[in-house]
Amino acid sequence: MEVRVVNVRKEFERFPALHDVSLDIRSGELIALLGPSGSGKTTLLRLIAGLERPTKGAIFFGEEDASQKSIQERNVGFVFQHYALFRHMTVADNIGFGLKVRHGAARPSAQEIRRRASELLDLVQLSGLEKRYPAQLSGGQRQRVALARAMAIEPKVLLLDEPFGALDAQVRRELRRWLREIHDATGHTTVFVTHDQEEALELADRVVVMSQGRIEQVGSADEIYDTPNSPFVYSFIGESSSLPVKVDNGEIWLADRPVGLQAPHAPSGEALLYFRPHDVELLDGCSGCIAGTVAASRRVAGTRRVELEIGGERQRVEIELPVDHPAAQKSRVAFRPTRWKLFPAS
Amino acid sequence: MADPEIKSYGPHHESQSAAVTESRPVRWVAMGIALAFLAVFLLLPLIVVFHEALTKGIGAYTEALTSPDTRSAIRLTLLVAAISVPLNVIFGISAAWAIAKFEFKGKAFLTTLIDLPFSVSPVISGLVYVLLFGAQGLLGAWLKAHGIVILFAVPGIVLATIFVTFPFVARELIPLMQEQGNGDEEAALSLGANGWQAFWYVTLPNVKWGLLYGVLLCNARAMGEFGAVSVVSGHIRGLTNTMPLHVEILYNEYNAVGAFAVASLLAGLALVTLVLKTLLEMRYGAEIAATRGH
Repeated sequence: MEVRVVNVRKEFERFPALHDVSLDIRSGELIALLGPSGSGKTTLLRLIAGLERPTKGAIFFGEEDASQKSIQERNVGFVFQHYALFRHMTVADNIGFGLKVRHGAARPSAQEIRRRASELLDLVQLSGLEKRYPAQLSGGQRQRVALARAMAIEPKVLLLDEPFGALDAQVRRELRRWLREIHDATGHTTVFVTHDQEEALELADRVVVMSQGRIEQVGSADEIYDTPNSPFVYSFIGESSSLPVKVDNGEIWLADRPVGLQAPHAPSGEALLYFRPHDVELLDGCSGCIAGTVAASRRVAGTRRVELEIGGERQRVEIELPVDHPAAQKSRVAFRPTRWKLFPAS
Repeated sequence: MADPEIKSYGPHHESQSAAVTESRPVRWVAMGIALAFLAVFLLLPLIVVFHEALTKGIGAYTEALTSPDTRSAIRLTLLVAAISVPLNVIFGISAAWAIAKFEFKGKAFLTTLIDLPFSVSPVISGLVYVLLFGAQGLLGAWLKAHGIVILFAVPGIVLATIFVTFPFVARELIPLMQEQGNGDEEAALSLGANGWQAFWYVTLPNVKWGLLYGVLLCNARAMGEFGAVSVVSGHIRGLTNTMPLHVEILYNEYNAVGAFAVASLLAGLALVTLVLKTLLEMRYGAEIAATRGH
């Protein structure tokens, strides 16, 4: 099921939580809503589910306008952050709940519901735990029961709110791989919310980066990482450095020296230069470069990260060096970014 | 896949450290004082009730309990409880639901209003109904014209009882529902349940032990209420006397055996309530912990 969010605005008691957000989710896609807390990602998920109504705009499921439909009519599988398992019901009853509350001919027989529940338990690798209560399960097991329960109603769309947020690191990694497998096996259109960029970049087909109620960028992990389109994405995803520079006739200047980079289409004036620590080339001489003094150096896995103090303003940037590079404390290092972007100075 | 972290939800007991433990004599004195108080002010009166009721033997005791007026008082008390407790369950659940699950204007006011019967003397609660429904009252003339009798009859007693007991269920449920939040209900709705199914299959089971606890306290108060009921009942023997009122009448007539026999039933009810309450607290302490200590 394809999902389209069209110009959606959401206010809570006059405070806007989402400003004019539009997003196309393709059928069968696994998509992540990534952002810091307060970015509106959970609000967007709840709007898709029908747990909230948009103040403006519409949400389409396929060709149908779903925004005026109730959550029951939308037929979405929602996995809550803290699972919201029914504590007085067994695992099997939890999974069968969505079938049990159907009316008339749509409701399967008790036997059929049991059979579906144990089938789903097999799928989430929890066979044999039918009779357990949620309190008798570990966090990771509860997570999987919650997913099985959401899938029992054969949803058009699967929505997960911080699905791994409450789990420890190891269980989290295992479940991540497992969710990807389940998604590939069932083909549900799946949207999940996370504040963990590693999780989003590793798991999702496409990542939606959000900040302050707006979508900053939508793209694959590579696109988001290699060509960030805003200072926010640069600093929120991965690591980056920025320097205040001046553009003059398409030439970029740092203080009174040219950096050796051309930006022919940028307007002249103040700007911010963003680049990632590993997207740099080291230079020997310095005619057109950024030069700085090593202020700190640390070993990160196979490389060395050094912090440089640049110029009189003592701006700090971070770049990556080969481990055997002789740059020690106080020595000068000259470099030039190989992949970079200019943003207007704010 | 192994998941190591299984959480336990049991009540946790704080172990006492040596630093805060008093010396033996101090502990004995403290315990002695507490026990002496309990014995003199609670246990002794209870024993006296049963002792007085049985001074003239078991025959006189059963006779006192089976006299027509007593039987009628017992019936009336049961009737009043049977009407007021269910009504307060409905009211309590609705009020708790509204307060815990929704935001609306006047919520704080409603919460305060629910506590009103706790802060008003029961006599006042009764008098309010006299002022409203009495012959000289606001609605008195209208009621008389339509032949509706409320005061000095069963409806008045039921109304007064509802008034004094209505915080019990609501007060039990509000903190419980607030703590549980909306998550489970949202999950039920997302799975296709309608509002009624979400309430019946999810909300109600989540609060059932708290609800039972509230019903228990509500019932005990409904059967034992004296002040408010006394004002509106009119003390008509065999008609508008509840058990607590009947005890007073018998006692004023120097019928000690009769009075204490009926009193022993009320005391018995109190004991049963206490035992059930303790059992509930022991088994479902975590669920109703938030509500202890009126």
